[in-house]
Amino acid sequence: MATNTLSLTSVGAVIGTLMEREIVRFFRQRNRVVGALVQPIMFWLLFSAGLRANDLGHAFFFPGTLAMILLFTAIFATISIIEDRREGFLQSVLVSPAPRWAMVVGKIAGGAEIAMLQALLFLVLGWLALGLTSSMLEVVWAILMMEVMAVALTSLGFLIAWRMDSTQGFHAIMSVFLFPMWLLSGSLFPAEPGAWLTRVSHFNPLTYGVAGLRHYLQFEGAAVSTAGLPSLAVCWLVSVAFAAAMLVLAWRIAGTRTTGDLL
Amino acid sequence: MPATPALTISEVSYHYGERVAVDRLSLEVDAGEIFVFLGPNGSGKTTLFRILSTLIPLQAGEVTVLGRSLRAQLRAVRHELGVVFQAPSLDKKLSVAENLQHQGRLYGLSAAEIRERSNLMLGALGLTDREGERVEKLSGGQRRRVELAKGMLHRPRLLLMDEPSTGLDPGARAELWKYLRQIREQDGVTVVMTTHLLEEAERADRIAIMHEGRLAALDAPTALQASVGGDSITIRSTKPAELVEAIRAKFSWEAVLLDGAIRLEQPCGHLWISKLVEAFPSEIQSVTLGKPTLEDVFIDCTGAPYVEQ
Repeated sequence: MATNTLSLTSVGAVIGTLMEREIVRFFRQRNRVVGALVQPIMFWLLFSAGLRANDLGHAFFFPGTLAMILLFTAIFATISIIEDRREGFLQSVLVSPAPRWAMVVGKIAGGAEIAMLQALLFLVLGWLALGLTSSMLEVVWAILMMEVMAVALTSLGFLIAWRMDSTQGFHAIMSVFLFPMWLLSGSLFPAEPGAWLTRVSHFNPLTYGVAGLRHYLQFEGAAVSTAGLPSLAVCWLVSVAFAAAMLVLAWRIAGTRTTGDLL
Repeated sequence: MPATPALTISEVSYHYGERVAVDRLSLEVDAGEIFVFLGPNGSGKTTLFRILSTLIPLQAGEVTVLGRSLRAQLRAVRHELGVVFQAPSLDKKLSVAENLQHQGRLYGLSAAEIRERSNLMLGALGLTDREGERVEKLSGGQRRRVELAKGMLHRPRLLLMDEPSTGLDPGARAELWKYLRQIREQDGVTVVMTTHLLEEAERADRIAIMHEGRLAALDAPTALQASVGGDSITIRSTKPAELVEAIRAKFSWEAVLLDGAIRLEQPCGHLWISKLVEAFPSEIQSVTLGKPTLEDVFIDCTGAPYVEQ
């Protein structure tokens, strides 16, 4: 077997090159960049204003908006696997000696980095607009949590996109599965113990990422209650397990073939 | 001649569900050959290309590439193969140089090697001034050349091409063949391609004619043409069905009816034409005499008309 002839550096090159491609492609599609920046700001302002009756401020919606950025960007970034397949780029990756898992990691890392880039920009915006009272260490932990969420969600996107041969199919999944996933993550509604919404949200792994961000990110003059949220330990445990599970599933599904390979 | 064949295919079969696409195919390609799989759509050649390019797994049989088993040494085989797909595989949002760079990294080349090979390939294919251009701005012919540069970047010893002339004008096709001969002479690269174009196949060292997943004939183009007995005579008639019967009865030739025309092969065809026209003066509209073409070979081997699309 010659499977070990590929050195660590060349595996690194495979991951690096696919990740770089993802990011370069993102910045070359100007409308994607603009949409990715404008949409969350718009949602944040609209939700904060529209749901003012609930006595929830901009600070409350901030972690949820971060989760939305991560969810949508990460997942949209992986839709590109469908384009890669349709436009043929994928076939040349599939017949190259690059190991399949390295391809998966490169693709997911690229999508996750695009999501992180936007989430970080938004974090800076929140910092400037609301004034962050969290300690530096808490901010670092929050960023790490975002990173874990980004990997989990990009992997989830990869998992869904791998077997699809059209982006239309992806949009259907988006509205019946991903959007509710965000709605039920505690991003929009505060956790009310005992309410059915809260109970359902316990089964949603994204809830724990959002709760983690709520623990870490506190803003001036708007102390958002963390009562009723899962503890930080639970948040980390679930988020890391979610990311690991999605990554493994993405790797496993990438070993399967689809008729789309044969275009 | 090196002892190891560039490619051996033994007893390879492939099914899509119930449908058999490739049926117990066996053959060998020598190192340094330019080898063509010729067949109409649905002959199984595209499925075979997908198997050889490692895009789909081998279901039954064995394939070796330069002595390495496709089944057991997949990664080593992938290093030896340069693959040029019929469908484009370039990232249109990236420049020519960036596309080659990604390809080089996927094959484990160093940055210096990628630079050196890219310059060499772009020079050889007349693309040096296009290096920084985004692929979406290139013409169809230029894109095909970048595909070729991409496939050859890592110095494969076996170049696999699926319908390489698709979208090329005759001039570009001639250039392509010049380049293929050149890499064969200079680097000893073996070229294996599929095509449905008869005039493309004629340029190969050897042709494997595929029909319904099987090997219908395998030889050099001239030998294949010589294998067709004598000259080929095509007769057009207002009543082809009756005429073919009449010809069979009168001359006891194996005349066949294909696409409304009567075809037969006969040594010294020119001598027979006058006899034919004298025998059936009113039934015959036109008679064509020709040296056998690859189309005649195909018809001769398979009994089916050649539908080029």
